[in-house]
Amino acid sequence: MYEFNYHRPASLAEAKEILAANDEAKIVAGGMTLLPTMKMRLAQPSDLIDLSAIEGLDGIKDTGSAIEIGAMTRHADVASSDVVKAAIPALAKLADSIGDAQVRNRGTLGGSIANSDPAADYPAAVLGLGATIRTDQREISADDYFLGMFETALAADELVVAVSFPKPKKAAYAKFPNPASRYAVVGVMVADTDSGLRVAVTGAGACAYRATAFEEALSSSLSAEALEGLTTDSADLNSDLHASAEYRAHLVGVMAKRAVQSLGG
Amino acid sequence: MIKNGMGAAVRRKEDYRFITGNGQYVDDINRPNQVYAYIVRSPVAHARLASVDTAAARAVPGVVAVLTGADMATDGIGGLPCGWGIHNKDGSPMAEPGHPPLAAEVVRYVGDQVAVVIAESKAIARDASELVEVDYDELPAVAGLVAASADGAALVWDEAPGNICYDWEIGDQAATEAAFASAKQIASIDVVNNRLIANAMEPRSAIGEYDSGKDEHTLYTTSQNPHVIRLLMGAFVMGIPEHKLRVIAPDVGGGFGSKIFHYAEEAIVTWAAKKIKRPIKWTAERSESFISDAHGRDHVTHAEMAMDENGIFVGLRVSTRANLGAYLSTFGPSVPTYLYATLLAGTYKTPAIYAEVKGMFTNTVPVDAYRGAGRPEASYLLERLVDRAAKVAGLDPIEIRRRNFIQPDEFPYQTPVALEYDTGDYGAAVDKALELGDYDSFDKRKAESAGRGKLRGIGISTYIEACGLAPSNIAGALGARAGLYEAGTVRVNPTGSVTVLTGSHSHGQGHETTFAQLVTEALGVDFDLVEIVHGDTGKVPFGMGTYGSRSAAVGGVALVNALEKIRTKAKKIAAHLLEASEEDIEFKEGQLTVAGTDKAVAFSDVAMAAYVPHNYPLETLEPGLEETAFYDPKNFTFPAGCHICEVEIDPDTGVVDVVSFTAADDFGRVINPMIVEGQVHGGVAQGIGQALYEQCIYDESGQLMSGSLMDYCLPKADNIPDFSVTTSVTPCTHNVLGVKGCGEAGAIGAPPAVINAVLNALAKYEVDDIQMPATPERVWRAIQSAAK
Ligand SMILES: Cc1cc2nc3c(=O)[nH]c(=O)nc-3n(C[C@H](O)[C@H](O)[C@H](O)COP(=O)(O)OP(=O)(O)OC[C@H]3O[C@@H](n4cnc5c(N)ncnc54)[C@H](O)[C@@H]3O)c2cc1C
Repeated sequence: MYEFNYHRPASLAEAKEILAANDEAKIVAGGMTLLPTMKMRLAQPSDLIDLSAIEGLDGIKDTGSAIEIGAMTRHADVASSDVVKAAIPALAKLADSIGDAQVRNRGTLGGSIANSDPAADYPAAVLGLGATIRTDQREISADDYFLGMFETALAADELVVAVSFPKPKKAAYAKFPNPASRYAVVGVMVADTDSGLRVAVTGAGACAYRATAFEEALSSSLSAEALEGLTTDSADLNSDLHASAEYRAHLVGVMAKRAVQSLGG
Repeated sequence: MIKNGMGAAVRRKEDYRFITGNGQYVDDINRPNQVYAYIVRSPVAHARLASVDTAAARAVPGVVAVLTGADMATDGIGGLPCGWGIHNKDGSPMAEPGHPPLAAEVVRYVGDQVAVVIAESKAIARDASELVEVDYDELPAVAGLVAASADGAALVWDEAPGNICYDWEIGDQAATEAAFASAKQIASIDVVNNRLIANAMEPRSAIGEYDSGKDEHTLYTTSQNPHVIRLLMGAFVMGIPEHKLRVIAPDVGGGFGSKIFHYAEEAIVTWAAKKIKRPIKWTAERSESFISDAHGRDHVTHAEMAMDENGIFVGLRVSTRANLGAYLSTFGPSVPTYLYATLLAGTYKTPAIYAEVKGMFTNTVPVDAYRGAGRPEASYLLERLVDRAAKVAGLDPIEIRRRNFIQPDEFPYQTPVALEYDTGDYGAAVDKALELGDYDSFDKRKAESAGRGKLRGIGISTYIEACGLAPSNIAGALGARAGLYEAGTVRVNPTGSVTVLTGSHSHGQGHETTFAQLVTEALGVDFDLVEIVHGDTGKVPFGMGTYGSRSAAVGGVALVNALEKIRTKAKKIAAHLLEASEEDIEFKEGQLTVAGTDKAVAFSDVAMAAYVPHNYPLETLEPGLEETAFYDPKNFTFPAGCHICEVEIDPDTGVVDVVSFTAADDFGRVINPMIVEGQVHGGVAQGIGQALYEQCIYDESGQLMSGSLMDYCLPKADNIPDFSVTTSVTPCTHNVLGVKGCGEAGAIGAPPAVINAVLNALAKYEVDDIQMPATPERVWRAIQSAAK
């Protein structure tokens, strides 16, 4: 790691000030992505702004029609939350499948979606459940949020404050984990929501995306059989040591079916 | 039976220290006035060093020195020696290029040492290392066996044309060809033994220290064999006589072979500590371990088994290319030759065997012994080939094995590939494993799995290994440049407690427990009054350390021989004290008794008499009670066994799940069954790792792609089933303990059992090959191509 200045502001305003004053400053939430990158000397922020002392950035609230989760809420807290388990069990299960216990105890929802790793799990939930991302400046709908590999609609000085997940009628997440890291090689969230049937895929492409052909098929019949014969084009999919694009394309179909099968009644 | 003696499942003494965080590993040690080293490593696989400019790094405040290969050459520091010479078919010696600890002219793999930055803190050293300006004139690289053997391939070493280090053979080629000519059926196979990285939990670390007053060096290092390091580094690299060099290997957090070898960093800190007159610590970062610890395996092999009409093996021929990496690591050349091809008879009576092995240089990390070292490669090849042979011959895999086993009454058995097996009962191990694994009801379990949409398969391996390295004269004749005996000293203290000094080294094996059990068994001394000291050349007698499952079979026997000397002397002292004749003294459970009487003296009183010799036969007997024995084994030991693996495959994704694993192993007599079982668990876990998960991948330019634990997949707890483990014992015939060794068996027997199970599960798709690791994508593709 290179040297850096460490800040632990008590308010969002103060955090923003420090961010504005230092070109090379970076927000740190759980540090599970940023710190390894710094240890490998692939990132060299001048300042780290730790959000953990700012009140109101973490916590889980049931707002009636939605579950609102603060940006600094740890994966482990989402996984074990009775509120989440009751309203959106698929979301709790997704959080519980992230990495390992240490990662879940440190990593945060805000950090995950700000980073938008193509293999991250939360993006599938945000997009699949049609969530709304609340920042310090505005609200962004999930459909407008994920733009590309490690690329989101967030402006350079914009902070994620919370994410509001509308309660679905039912939802399920199926994940094919990378055997080494346990990130998603492919993860598929299928949700039957008030705004329609949604299928979001993570791991396969540059960022989470909606599988519209699957959505159409499932809208007419919400069953695994409805997906039979639908294929995924591998042309734009990721290919790495763990899975070729072709294999990922295949897994998208398998995981989608598995998610549908575990939707329940 | 004596409490806590031979055969007792005593809890490990050392664990309290380890699980309470009180172990003392090299990196826990800090010497007064210590500074820190960071090694600048080559980022490219092959390049001429046009220039190495250290000025900017040296100017950084806190930097003490920046040293390069040129500095080493100026000081006359030698190259890292190779401990085993191999000869070519024509009798000429292998190509043996030099191995400077810091490269001076050319770097030959990503990770090769270029310079060392020494500073007041690790962070300063690391920061300054980025200011060392190295101009790399890149050369073409060969990053694997295929590239290295291609026509016109770039050369790693000019003195090794075709990148061939050696072209070696063993066995009777003419007899083997004749066997093939007369064969009724032939099975053939091509296998790749995947390259692995040991990934011991504790990264390597070394502290060099120099005492200018006494002109003495001390090296603290993560080693499995400190005396070997002292010998190699002292005599060949640094020119330091033994009495001026002390090597300490304290608690070591796993080695799996990767900590046998003499590494550059040990020489670098020892050399530099004298130069700057301060102790220097170096500890690898995990990502550094990936590119600087010796790697393992990496073979490509074609083999054929000739059979008669009944599936009896009549001949075996094997052609292997083995990747040795860019330089010869300490024992690298021996692994794919004498530790591999000598095991190709396996547990079978194949009368004619011929194997040829080409050791190849590539622009990759040096390759050397990793848990099993050569024997996993042999057993994987053979046990896969035997399953193929069963298919060709139309026989059940178990039946073909039974037909070809060396029978219990055929020992000692001379194989066609140099070894003489002393004893064994391979059929008995199979019987035990089949029963324990409930083999007969497999079909029921298969049907149950099928009901859940899963493909279930079962696979077997009946491996053998050669352990207890080794009779020194035989090893020497085969090219070893060291003796392979072991030493043990038993120091009985005046009040009867016992200190054992052993040349074996424990880095997870539990010697502090099992060796103490041997003392308790022999002398009746309370287990808690025995201390096992190891890992310090300043304390223990010259020993060869721990690898090749040799500790019990060689070090343990040395200890038992020393204990026998203690018993003999104790009887003499007791005879004097009890006014009886020596022949009448019985020594049992800590009491020395005049046979047939109630006259007795406790061993602790004998010890006291030896150190306070007021009433003592001083005319005929020296005072004191301390004995040393050096033991050179008469033969290798030959652990063998039967492993059965059951897998379930998800046909939609190709994911393989090991759902059960049964092992019936013949390790000879067992000192501590709990520790033996633990060794089997660990070995099998690593074997499953090789079969399903672990894969070291270089890209064409020689960059390591699987260079972190995010990409290099070690098996995790949820990848490993509950094991069913038992033993099937035939005691070793040539050592007094009857022990054979158990440390590597799991890693040797498991991979073929797992892959045979995977292929069995895929039988309906007529998939007849899958390479390790059998990753989900590979399995899925195999199913896809068969389905087409
Ligand atoms: C071994 C390992 C395994 C993992 N496995 C998985 C897995 O299976 N699935 C998975 O989804 N993830 C996995 N992760 C990633 C993990 O979930 C991280 O926690 C997550 O990606 C980032 O969250 P964080 O809080 O740690 O963010 P940090 O590392 O602190 O920050 C990440 C980035 O987000 C920015 N940032 C953080 N918070 C905010 C905010 N509120 N507003 C704006 N920007 C912000 C930071 O500046 C930084 O650029 C794994 C990580 C590791 C180390």
